[in-house]
Amino acid sequence: MNLRRWLVPALLLAFSLPLAATERNASLYQLHEELLNQDGKPIDLDVYRGKKVLVTLFYGSCPATCPLIIDTLRAIERQVDDAQRPELRVLLVSLDPDRDTPAALRRLADSRRIDTARWTLAHADAAAVRRLAAALSVQYKKLPDGQFSHSTVISALDADGKIVAQSAELGHADPELLQAISAK
Amino acid sequence: MIRACTLLALALLPFNAPGARAGGLDVPITGGRFESVLPPSPQVKVAAVPSFRLDTALVSNADFARFVRKHAEWRRDRVAGLFADEGYLRHWTSATEPGPDLGRQPVTQVSWFAASAYCEARGARLPRWHEWELAAAASATVPDARNDPAWRQQILDWYSKSARGGLPAAGASPANYFGVRDLHGVVWEWVEDAGSMLVSDDSREQGDPNRNRFCGSGAIDLEQKENYAMLMRIAMLSSMKASYSSNSMGFRCATDVGARR
Repeated sequence: MNLRRWLVPALLLAFSLPLAATERNASLYQLHEELLNQDGKPIDLDVYRGKKVLVTLFYGSCPATCPLIIDTLRAIERQVDDAQRPELRVLLVSLDPDRDTPAALRRLADSRRIDTARWTLAHADAAAVRRLAAALSVQYKKLPDGQFSHSTVISALDADGKIVAQSAELGHADPELLQAISAK
Repeated sequence: MIRACTLLALALLPFNAPGARAGGLDVPITGGRFESVLPPSPQVKVAAVPSFRLDTALVSNADFARFVRKHAEWRRDRVAGLFADEGYLRHWTSATEPGPDLGRQPVTQVSWFAASAYCEARGARLPRWHEWELAAAASATVPDARNDPAWRQQILDWYSKSARGGLPAAGASPANYFGVRDLHGVVWEWVEDAGSMLVSDDSREQGDPNRNRFCGSGAIDLEQKENYAMLMRIAMLSSMKASYSSNSMGFRCATDVGARR
């Protein structure tokens, strides 16, 4: 019964692998999107792999809600543990490929005094935006006047890119999001 | 033990479904100005829809099985959790085979990501909402029958049919004015811009008004409240995340006019 001795574990392995694989593959980095950062440099979506990341979609010319997104991200950064703060990264991807060119994103970064050593403002093409929004559960719609209507979702990713928390709250640091970032 | 072995071997065996109907037949549809239930913005009520091509039938299980065999990353046992929930293709007999009775039926239990990938592999894309709605406005005889009460009633009768006893074969329903079938049956369809519905009653965000903030002009009011069948579609689409699957959600593909397959 040598056969049985290896067959049982082999079968167990065969049936348990797919489940484990599915679990691993919840990473946002399954999307292999190529972006451009605020300096026009090509980067991959997983530019901050290995770090905890706050990621959100926005558009630069938004008059009201979007400046609030940057303030909210800053509030979260401020309230994170001192030990965690240097390890936290922020990725803001624009919904507006036409107007948010790298140059426009650089101007926005400068005017809002964003530290691009830890934050990235990124340009993505329309198809990449569509997939990213779908993966992050962000609803958005381009309006005839060139503005966008969109839901605001800040997602926290772990080092592997798995979404560990999402918040639609603006204006303050969502405690649930803070807790998720601070965990281990 | 031998039994388990056989089962495993069967599950891993590539299977060729005989008699499966090939999908991919599409027709050109002339676009134009279109009054949608979902207007482009609160100020702009009429959508400009460019001409496009649309599949005449829903994608079948057999069609989708061929895709899955060629693109193994979309098998239900290999797909990334980001792209499909646990219901994905769960009704198939194996990871690559729908089973003998399902081949001709429209594929359901597929996520938006999987449907998009299928169309992309064919050099196509999912239809956009306004395209789908324009195609679905046609009766058998006129391109826009939406103001015809008899036509509206017919649609509602179709929707009220139960899916019990199995779905009808893809392409089995009568062709409309454009030559397109299956638009109003028991299967609902993914669209490319399923994440753009932005209706104010988002079931995912119920109960907390603070969670419903939209940047820009905010939620878009629905028009033509009497167009009940279309409003149901929008409610369904706006409640589905892109990784969700449902036993009533299938899809078909579209292309821009002039695009080569």
